[in-house]
Amino acid sequence: MEISTALLLNAIIAGLLLGGFYAAMSVGISISFGMLDVVNIAHPGFIILGSYIAYIVNDRFGFDPIVVSLTVSPLFFLLGAALYRVYYYSFERRGQESLRGLAFFFGILFITEVALVLTFGVDYRMVSTRYGDVTWRAGEVGFPMRLVVPFLVSMVMVIGVQLFLTHTFFGRAVLAVAQDPLALRLMGVNPVRVKELAFALSIATAGVAGAFLIVIQPVQPAIGREFIGLVFAVCVLGGMGSIWGTLLGAFVLGLAESFTSTYFGPSWAPAVSFGLLLATLAFRPSGLLGR
Amino acid sequence: MLGNSVLTALTRAALFIGLALTGTALAQQPLKIGFGMSLTGPLAGNGKAALIAMQIWAEDVNAKGGLLGRKVELVYYDDQTNPSTVPGLYSKLLDVDKVDLVVSGYGTAVIAPAMPLMMQRNMAFMTLFGLNVNSKFKYDRYFQIMPAGPDPAVDWTRGYFEAAMALNPKPSTVALVGADAEYPHLALEGARAHVKRLGLKVVYDKTYPPNTVDYSPIVRAIQATNPDLVYLASYPPDSAGMVRAANEVGLKTRMFGGGLVGPQFAALKTQLGPLLNGVINYEAYAPDINRKFPFLDQFLAKYQGRAVKEGVDPLGFYLPPYAYAMMQVLEQAIKATGGLDQAKLADYMHTYEFDTFVGKVRFAKNGEWSVPRMLTVQYHGIGGNDLEQWMKPGHVTVLYPSEYKTGSVKAPYHENKK
Repeated sequence: MEISTALLLNAIIAGLLLGGFYAAMSVGISISFGMLDVVNIAHPGFIILGSYIAYIVNDRFGFDPIVVSLTVSPLFFLLGAALYRVYYYSFERRGQESLRGLAFFFGILFITEVALVLTFGVDYRMVSTRYGDVTWRAGEVGFPMRLVVPFLVSMVMVIGVQLFLTHTFFGRAVLAVAQDPLALRLMGVNPVRVKELAFALSIATAGVAGAFLIVIQPVQPAIGREFIGLVFAVCVLGGMGSIWGTLLGAFVLGLAESFTSTYFGPSWAPAVSFGLLLATLAFRPSGLLGR
Repeated sequence: MLGNSVLTALTRAALFIGLALTGTALAQQPLKIGFGMSLTGPLAGNGKAALIAMQIWAEDVNAKGGLLGRKVELVYYDDQTNPSTVPGLYSKLLDVDKVDLVVSGYGTAVIAPAMPLMMQRNMAFMTLFGLNVNSKFKYDRYFQIMPAGPDPAVDWTRGYFEAAMALNPKPSTVALVGADAEYPHLALEGARAHVKRLGLKVVYDKTYPPNTVDYSPIVRAIQATNPDLVYLASYPPDSAGMVRAANEVGLKTRMFGGGLVGPQFAALKTQLGPLLNGVINYEAYAPDINRKFPFLDQFLAKYQGRAVKEGVDPLGFYLPPYAYAMMQVLEQAIKATGGLDQAKLADYMHTYEFDTFVGKVRFAKNGEWSVPRMLTVQYHGIGGNDLEQWMKPGHVTVLYPSEYKTGSVKAPYHENKK
């Protein structure tokens, strides 16, 4: 295939926009799995829950789904805090978090899915936004607003999370609990409380990412399962617990997918993405920016 | 002597009462029809609509006294739109639930994995919208209710390529694209056969993973090859993704579409709205030819109100009438043969014509419709996202087959956007 400049530029733009969306989906996993060691396999389930909440309000009142998700993110935060409490008292405190905790989150994923099926049915849902069908063009390069708007908000959210973790007392406590919970306890800080709030933050980001998802593509209750591999791959590729790493990993996978689809055939995209993951881990087992 | 007579009489009476009771018990046992259906997963919207149609059929039959004097009971499980669940699910239906008959769930992907078991147990297998599944199995008790015709792979895509070759000047290049899944693979196989027959040059022939998020790189790669025609075979989420991407990229080609699953249902019709303008696709029905489908009204009267209540496809033009018709075929075969003998049922279904809510149905030797009737259409003039416009004539032009034709292709594709 001829490599034209326009095709190349469009592939780069599409990859970056996709990467921005992947970063929003994965930043919560980077916190819960990367920093807190909680294998929250139900994370995509909360993303889909976020999609449906954005859908209901958009459908009934016409509000922008992303604005809705930001507005209801405190509710997701509270939901996350409650969920961590259950997880802590049922599994983590007893040292049974590995296998039983995993089963717990699997259960949460399926319960969320079934609850959505029973409430909304199984049809695909989409939202209508003013920018959904608009594409801004700069010469031959296209910027579909359906992807640009989630990308911009995602960047604000991911960078915001990074700044929060590195520039606030609580944020530094989260980073500390990721490194050594015992040392934190010796300093008089309750690591359970820190983990609870950090986990709650991860679920709040999932709610916002859900709005991005339904702006980008139609959503049905079971679609979350398709993103389980992706969110963990981004987290591991970027480096466990590194928010900048998550962002970088998301861009790498987004660009890999876009370039493979454009130049070699889209069916190779997952193989190339996961091949990159394996190659990176072979040479840098801690991920791109992991310590 | 007297004692012996009394004993014999008593034995006979007991035997008679026993047989009568057994007969009564059997008559009271429901006639179980088992199947898997996609009630969750990507095709759940379609599966649930089909299930409602089948439930309406069961209620109708039971209201008339059932079949063979027994009430009909549908025994079904959610196959999660996951082919790997299907063999186990049908084994359970046959061995644990002891169903009397089985039918398929919705779609190629879940019909194919049930076939080996059906063949092993010699079951007459009535199936719902599988594309060319029997081409490899060649099972003589397989029947398929989708009007794809006796050579499904080729007949399925014939309308698209017949309409394309009617363009002036004739097209010379084609891009073929579809999802990595059972149905798109089979549809693309048929498309390749037409491409070869017509001497078209293939400039792009690739598939994509079904969970792709952004389809614009694919559409741009297709655009870079500058094809006259783009044939797409896709499932609902990627149908939406590809149509959106074609609009965003501003795809310039003479014809786009062909085999999109999804726009037949109200959900995608209303959600995509004007983005569908210019897209070529297949449909089982179009409001413009309402007069040629008088039988459909009987079904829609039963279906539409209930579908709205249950939150599934409120139109019901595409899959639900055929799901009902599938059960009607089975019903008529059971009544005519007077039993559940699988060989007799299959033999009857091969031999006779059936009168159903989708019209007269006759099966070819391979279990497909003896005459194809799927419509190739082009969407146009769609002004918003409301459902009502899809119920009225004027937005779905039938291009093929000729006996239903209401117009010709409006090409190029991108001109339909203006």
